[in-house]
Amino acid sequence: MSTVLEAVDEKVAEAETQGRSLWQDARRRLFANRAASVAFWVLLFIVALAILGPMISSHNFDDIHYDAMYESPGFQSGYLFGTDPLGRDLFTRTMMGARISLLLGVLATLVSLLIGISWGATAGYLGGRVDNLMMRFVDIMYSLPFMFLVIILMVLFGRNIFLIFVALGAVEWLTMARIVRGQTMALKHREFVEAAVATGVPALTIIRRHVVPNLLGPVVVYVTLTIPQVILVESFLSFLGLGVQEPLTSWGVLIKEGADEMETASWLLIFPALFLGMTLFCFNFIGDGLRDALDPRDR
Amino acid sequence: MNNSDTAEPLLNIRNLAIEFDTADGRVKAVQDVSISVNRGECLGLVGESGSGKSQTMHAVMGLLDDNGSVSGSIQLAGQEILGLPPGEMNTIRGKRIGMIFQDPLTSLTPHMKIGRQMMEVLSLHEKLGRAEALKRVEEALELVRIPDARTRMNQFPHELSGGMRQRVMIAMSILCNPEVLIADEPTTALDVTIQAQILDIIKDLQADIAMAVVLVSHDMGVIAGICNRVAVMKSGRIVEQASTDDIFYAPQMDYTRALLDSMPRIDADDVVEPISQYREKVLEVTDMTVKFPVQSRQGLRSRNKLLPAVQGVNFELFKGETLGIVGESGCGKSTLARAVLRLIGRSDGSVLWLGKDLTKLDKQSLSSERKDLQIVFQDPLASLNPRMTIGQSISEPLWTHRPELSAAAVKDQVRAMMDRVGLSPQWINRYPHEFSGGQNQRVGIARAMILKPGLVIADEAVSALDVTIQAQIVQLLRELQLEYGMSMLFISHDLSVVRQLAHRIMVLYLGRVVELGSSEQVCASPEHPYTKALISAVPRPDPAFERAKQRLILEGDVPSPLDSRSSLRFLQSKMINDPDAEQYVPQLLPCGHGHYTAEHDPVFGPADSNNPIAGVS
Repeated sequence: MSTVLEAVDEKVAEAETQGRSLWQDARRRLFANRAASVAFWVLLFIVALAILGPMISSHNFDDIHYDAMYESPGFQSGYLFGTDPLGRDLFTRTMMGARISLLLGVLATLVSLLIGISWGATAGYLGGRVDNLMMRFVDIMYSLPFMFLVIILMVLFGRNIFLIFVALGAVEWLTMARIVRGQTMALKHREFVEAAVATGVPALTIIRRHVVPNLLGPVVVYVTLTIPQVILVESFLSFLGLGVQEPLTSWGVLIKEGADEMETASWLLIFPALFLGMTLFCFNFIGDGLRDALDPRDR
Repeated sequence: MNNSDTAEPLLNIRNLAIEFDTADGRVKAVQDVSISVNRGECLGLVGESGSGKSQTMHAVMGLLDDNGSVSGSIQLAGQEILGLPPGEMNTIRGKRIGMIFQDPLTSLTPHMKIGRQMMEVLSLHEKLGRAEALKRVEEALELVRIPDARTRMNQFPHELSGGMRQRVMIAMSILCNPEVLIADEPTTALDVTIQAQILDIIKDLQADIAMAVVLVSHDMGVIAGICNRVAVMKSGRIVEQASTDDIFYAPQMDYTRALLDSMPRIDADDVVEPISQYREKVLEVTDMTVKFPVQSRQGLRSRNKLLPAVQGVNFELFKGETLGIVGESGCGKSTLARAVLRLIGRSDGSVLWLGKDLTKLDKQSLSSERKDLQIVFQDPLASLNPRMTIGQSISEPLWTHRPELSAAAVKDQVRAMMDRVGLSPQWINRYPHEFSGGQNQRVGIARAMILKPGLVIADEAVSALDVTIQAQIVQLLRELQLEYGMSMLFISHDLSVVRQLAHRIMVLYLGRVVELGSSEQVCASPEHPYTKALISAVPRPDPAFERAKQRLILEGDVPSPLDSRSSLRFLQSKMINDPDAEQYVPQLLPCGHGHYTAEHDPVFGPADSNNPIAGVS
């Protein structure tokens, strides 16, 4: 169906007056919000650094230089952010950490998005006993102590980045499912959904065509707030020594190492913490801007 | 105008202009408006939505939104009040100028008992002691005819009905004996019978306290009854300003005339003739009953009760016929429509559509049957998916029931249908929020018509629209019906709109049919007292008639359908005085020429329409 639709769209777009969708309106409002648009560009810059940084750097992230231990940051030495106790280049390591942290944040959020939306929309739309069963399952998952779960997984399967990813995804989708369910229940009684039922549109098509597009607003906002949350949880796990394994690194690992050497080599803490802080700031500003931009009451 | 003290109007607005800063640039909402009201006078401010009438009055109260800017002059008894600092404005608001808003639920604080809310006003403005304030509040509540004011004061806003809440709002606004009372669409959210009560109260109050009243309304009928002078607004400007009689009987401007002409009138003579009974019968609804389970609390125990929304309704519909269903909010008319379309799960009775019983069909065959049964909703914007273009919305029935059609064929059909309902086919890629309410309702109609259905249910399809747009949509529906020959159920709370379209009219009261007959029979010679009261309550845009008319007013609110006694409100001789008892069911009796009326006590039903109906408490 949607391909038919797109084809119709494309053809007509050439000849006729184009409408202004709610998404276009929201984008315009988002970029009119200065804090959000600055945050957007800063975030884009950090992402670009994370992708390109390790490539253009003259050092590998796991190269050990015994002649350059505890090198302080500077241009002359060639170590922009200085080096760690093993003489590894902190700039490359911070960017490597950015890759891991951002990737984990985005991937875990995407997984939670996929499960959460389908679970929540189905439960909310069908209602009744199905809804009851599905949401009680969510409640049970909620009540499992998260840290305990992670530690058990670590003990059973050993430290593994994939495990962290599974654990994070398993927890984050629960909140998403609850948000989506609530939105769906409100949407279900809107007249345009009733109009679709009266037309005879099948339930799954209604969910896909009428419910999901209309709950994307609050979901997008929640996504921008989940990504930093996942990054933070990963940092916390790494800080406890349960996260990614050496020589691979993440912002959390770097900050933990930096905290140990805080008094002798403060740059080891400052640079990773700065990047983590900035990223979290940016996501929060964008989330805030999105919430304002998508709020229908503003119209 | 000379400026001597005697001739000076109480509220004097000169050259008022209001502008708003919006995302789409500066919008001039009001331009060069000059109106004045004298003591003891009632000014009607009429206009369609977006004409700036409410914004003008909000400017008087200093209640404009932050992005608005005002220029000009607003004088209250010679004192300039425009641009006063908020502190000083607060001493005028509520004390010297009172205001009543459209929605009485949102303008009362939900967590405070109404007595306390009202006393707060007094303690703010008059610094009265508790006992004295209590007395004043009780007096005010009695003035707006709230029975048993003492107990009402201890209730929360959600415990009161809409009509009661609006009375509380009025009582609150007159507590400090204001010189000016501004009523902003005070009855728009209410049923006609309640509207008649509220308008009577405002009229009496004005006579008693000699206030200056500004009544803002879109309804010429409401204005006709109580205003001395009328100002007509259009696109932010005053178009015409004259005495009520001049406006209604000798309008000078085309716009005023157009506004009056598009008012549906219950006394107009363009009666829709009943359709021949020899036509094919398409729909037969037998003994339709819908009950919703509700929880009622008795002490600590809660128990489930069944709320009867529709009770034992029978009717039939012929090919090409329109049956109007009329009743006040809560009478079950929308529920009935949804039960006929099988949109609500639990209902008893049978729905025969072309001989097939819809209640016995399985999901699959019901879905394919739906292409013949369509519905148009009340709120045009809410009934369209905001993320879909209007072209997609209109295409949806085709996608569902004609999947074999190619994209190009769908598009051609949609464009043709858009053209037919008066929308430019160029707009096919636009979104609902880019259109006005009337245009969106055309989209809704196009969506319902694209499969050329056999039955269309219009559920309050024109109620949310301005009168001029309303007239256009009614005309469009009439044309489409002649063209496609479909049958229609036209549901509305407004009898005067229904009679423009319907061949026959069915009046519902608390889920039961009280009267059924041709348009002419029901509107011109109603039999049932409820129908009579309903007709009497409809305001007519005719000041002389409104002033002379003796209303048949039903006292009080519509009783709760949970109380089994309420269904016998018009047949009290057979009532058993116990809210849970099984009561007698009034039968629908024929009174000639296809006219039916429910059994009722003769006390209520003398032919003389000047005999006021005694209330039932």
